Amino acid sequence: MSAIVFSNVWKEYGDQVVLERLNLSVQSGEFCTIVGASGCGKTTFLRMLLGEETPSRGSIELDGQPLPGEPGPDRGVVFQRYSVFPHLTVLQNVMLGLELKAAPLTGRLFGQSRRTAAASAADMLESVGLTPACDKYPSELSGGMQQRLALAQSLITKPRILLLDEPFGALDPGIRADMHELVLNLWQQTGLTVFMITHDLQEGFYLGTRLLVFDRVRTDAQALDSYGATVTYDLSIGTASSSTIDGIRKHVEQDVPRAMEAAAL
Amino acid sequence: MRAALGILPFALMVVLYLAASGARLAQNPDDKLLPSFGSFGEAVERMATEPSRRSGDYLLWTDTGASLRRLALGVGISALTGLVFGVLLGSIPYLRANLSPFVATVSMIPPMALLPILFIVFGLGEVSKVVLIIIGITPFIIRDLQQRVMELPGEQLTKAQTLGASSWQIILRVVLPQVLPRLIDAVRLTLGAAWLFLIAAEAIAATDGLGYRIFLVRRYLAMDVILPYVAWITLLAFLSDWLLRVASRRLFPWFGTHASDPR
Repeated sequence: MSAIVFSNVWKEYGDQVVLERLNLSVQSGEFCTIVGASGCGKTTFLRMLLGEETPSRGSIELDGQPLPGEPGPDRGVVFQRYSVFPHLTVLQNVMLGLELKAAPLTGRLFGQSRRTAAASAADMLESVGLTPACDKYPSELSGGMQQRLALAQSLITKPRILLLDEPFGALDPGIRADMHELVLNLWQQTGLTVFMITHDLQEGFYLGTRLLVFDRVRTDAQALDSYGATVTYDLSIGTASSSTIDGIRKHVEQDVPRAMEAAAL
Repeated sequence: MRAALGILPFALMVVLYLAASGARLAQNPDDKLLPSFGSFGEAVERMATEPSRRSGDYLLWTDTGASLRRLALGVGISALTGLVFGVLLGSIPYLRANLSPFVATVSMIPPMALLPILFIVFGLGEVSKVVLIIIGITPFIIRDLQQRVMELPGEQLTKAQTLGASSWQIILRVVLPQVLPRLIDAVRLTLGAAWLFLIAAEAIAATDGLGYRIFLVRRYLAMDVILPYVAWITLLAFLSDWLLRVASRRLFPWFGTHASDPR
């Protein structure tokens, strides 16, 4: 059964077309990495999945139902930054999802239920390797540890879909490799559907089961905004030939100066 | 070394005062304008340890108590009102569209111009003085906190929603706790203004209070009382600021760093 289906989705802001003719169906449990030049609608795509944006035309369905119009607990998210709450300790950050779910009025748990929540949060922290940092505040953590925390915090509510918006873009290469391993492990353990935007093609090929490349197929040099981007390559990873991969690399890297030109206009 | 450098201007001021005072007192031992430190000591002793002949009160302490009570009431009510409205206006766009222009306009009214109205409406008792402080500083606190709420990164609010938070829970668990240390900052910034309004109100109509005393003894040119009172007010203001700063650091250890920027 198909988990998420995009049927002829368009996204327009006034005259500016960001995405056009987007048809896509993603099975439950797939790990999609998303690459593309700047300004090609990758983030808009993710925001539509999140429910922060709605399509201008077409529809997005989740298991046959229209996708809810606002962010909710079935879709977790990790941004490049600002994903964790600075006023809560590491443990409290992870407990928050459980507390919000169990206590609609106060958003806090007390007594036995609090201890239960703390125990499952501690387990989650163990699986991302943050147990020693339990009582620290996020400002005392390194960037990589903050992103580990953000992952743990998202996964505690057991979302079905995890959305990652360049989560490792601000990290050092060595730490990034650790994070890749962590994300792959968590994905295999939980059977989540993952969408991850990345600027790093290597990361796009290495992680995941499927690579989506966003690009504009039609361009008008006089009015760059009049045509939107769509998925131009949709590859199952592992089956693509090296010449295709080189082709994509050339494509995406060519597009960067073009997009910057467009921004300058 | 740094402490020594910091003390230098104070020491200079004392030396200058002593020289000027000494010169005047040498010409006229009864000079009241720049009294010696000895007469300050006598005046403070009289105000603090001898009961007043008229009322039997120890004036320095009753004045201090009266003023601090008015100040605490005024600032406390303002902080609470400011917190409630600041958070609501910052979090709920509809409310902001409705009330923000009103708050902005009210904050432009010079509070001292309203003092006669307050005296007419609330009488000359405690209420009008407390209300003057409230009118003077609440709009600033509301606007400051509204701004601080709107500065919270949108990613945090989205993240809270993906953890299942309702709007109420977002206000309770995400916005409010992050705004509290910023409320303390806002209160620290408004304390100076609060003292100004307090002393102004006491000067015009009161029967006790630090501001009342200064303006009362001015009639007798009693610089030996006025100057120690001013120093005492300064010390109280300094101490309350320091207390708030320490409280903020103790209560909100996470505050003051850009917590969510990955390094």
